[in-house]
Amino acid sequence: MPIQYTSIIDEHTAVRTNCGIFDISHMGQFIVSGPNAAAWLNRMLTNNIAALAIGEGQYTLLLNEKGGVIDDLIAYRSAENEFFLVVNASMIDEDFAWLGSHQDPQAELRDESNLWAGMAIQGPESQAVFAKICPGETLPPRNGIATLASGAIVCRTGYTGEDGFEFFTPAAAGIAAWENFIAAGAKPCALGARDTLRLEMGYPLNGNDLSPERSPIEAGLGFFCDLEKGDFMGRDVLAAQKSNGPTLKLTALQYLEKGPPPRSHYPVLTTDGSVIGELSSGVLSPSLMVGIGMAYLPAEYSKIGTTLQIEVRGKLFPAQVVKKPFYKRPVP
Amino acid sequence: MTSPSDLRYATSHEWARLEGDIATVGISDHAQAELTDVVFVELPAMGRSVDVGDPTAVVESVKAASDIYAPLSGEVVEVNPDVEADPSLVNTDPYGKGWIFKLKIKDASQFEKLLDVAAYETHTS
Repeated sequence: MPIQYTSIIDEHTAVRTNCGIFDISHMGQFIVSGPNAAAWLNRMLTNNIAALAIGEGQYTLLLNEKGGVIDDLIAYRSAENEFFLVVNASMIDEDFAWLGSHQDPQAELRDESNLWAGMAIQGPESQAVFAKICPGETLPPRNGIATLASGAIVCRTGYTGEDGFEFFTPAAAGIAAWENFIAAGAKPCALGARDTLRLEMGYPLNGNDLSPERSPIEAGLGFFCDLEKGDFMGRDVLAAQKSNGPTLKLTALQYLEKGPPPRSHYPVLTTDGSVIGELSSGVLSPSLMVGIGMAYLPAEYSKIGTTLQIEVRGKLFPAQVVKKPFYKRPVP
Repeated sequence: MTSPSDLRYATSHEWARLEGDIATVGISDHAQAELTDVVFVELPAMGRSVDVGDPTAVVESVKAASDIYAPLSGEVVEVNPDVEADPSLVNTDPYGKGWIFKLKIKDASQFEKLLDVAAYETHTS
């Protein structure tokens, strides 16, 4: 994907008001199957995969022994003992190697990333666009997965906060599917809009807001970590952080006045000028027309309403800790 | 949009208009089209002295911050409050209302050293 096809603001607005399409073919797809598939994945991932019915999916995380994040992903139960995992493009090899080096002999792991073209169709009109391209088919409910008569896999998820779905088709059929969705009204959207849309929702980006040095508890993702399901990679670190409270917390910040767009690595300071962290993500929010960002800050500065400062090229701009999401869809 | 022929251009895509010893500076249509959505302009301080090639202002799109370099040496004598209030003027009217700053210059020969419109259009083709 390029940074934009036309303009980030136009693409962002298309997703919020109509329908946009992202080429996500670069993302990875793993199939995990066999009698121990669920038990093994429950030892490797943070969320409780055993709780998924056939056709259901969940957001989950793959951790290292220190409880740090290797990747965030969505796992779907596609059959009784079969799971479809969608992982970040940049982490395909590392995720596969990590899982492979902790393999359960009664579970099979297959990398199908090269077999599937993928596209994310997102926006309030996405259901209507689906109906035009796949007449007679029904989208699964939110977080669900279904296989269509054509063999395409459709997942009712997204990274934008809007209704939408991810559509996986055998690679050779990818271009035709992409063109069909565009003809049906989906506007091509690229990396810039992908970033502004997800950050408006407060969704983390692996590599920026998630890293092997930070746990999901520090990232505010404890909801997706089931500490009661039994042991899993990194569990002890998470349990200790949950009971003591993490020292660092991924905190949502919003400018209090107009200023230059906040960006990754800009320093975050207290009102009396001490540097306490740096932005892991930052954009000018196209929907709110104000700067927004996230930063790991000492827990005592992460209370909602706390006033801080963001430094841009030597100048300081006031910002406030806010509750996520930054953007709330207007109620019709 | 064709590049105006009374302006001269830097290879870094700034334009200059010289009237007496005052040079008005902005960025070209080519530059604004590459940046797309300009959302913020950081203007230089009044009275600041700059040499040709010094980063003098900053134009920010959603995705990146771009330095704007002085195409001539001089002193900042005026900045455009309109682009501070409405940065999209840099996109919609880059040679007119989207001007960024004015310099009082000492050496008019620096203007001659910039690209004329034909050379700039070759440079960007």
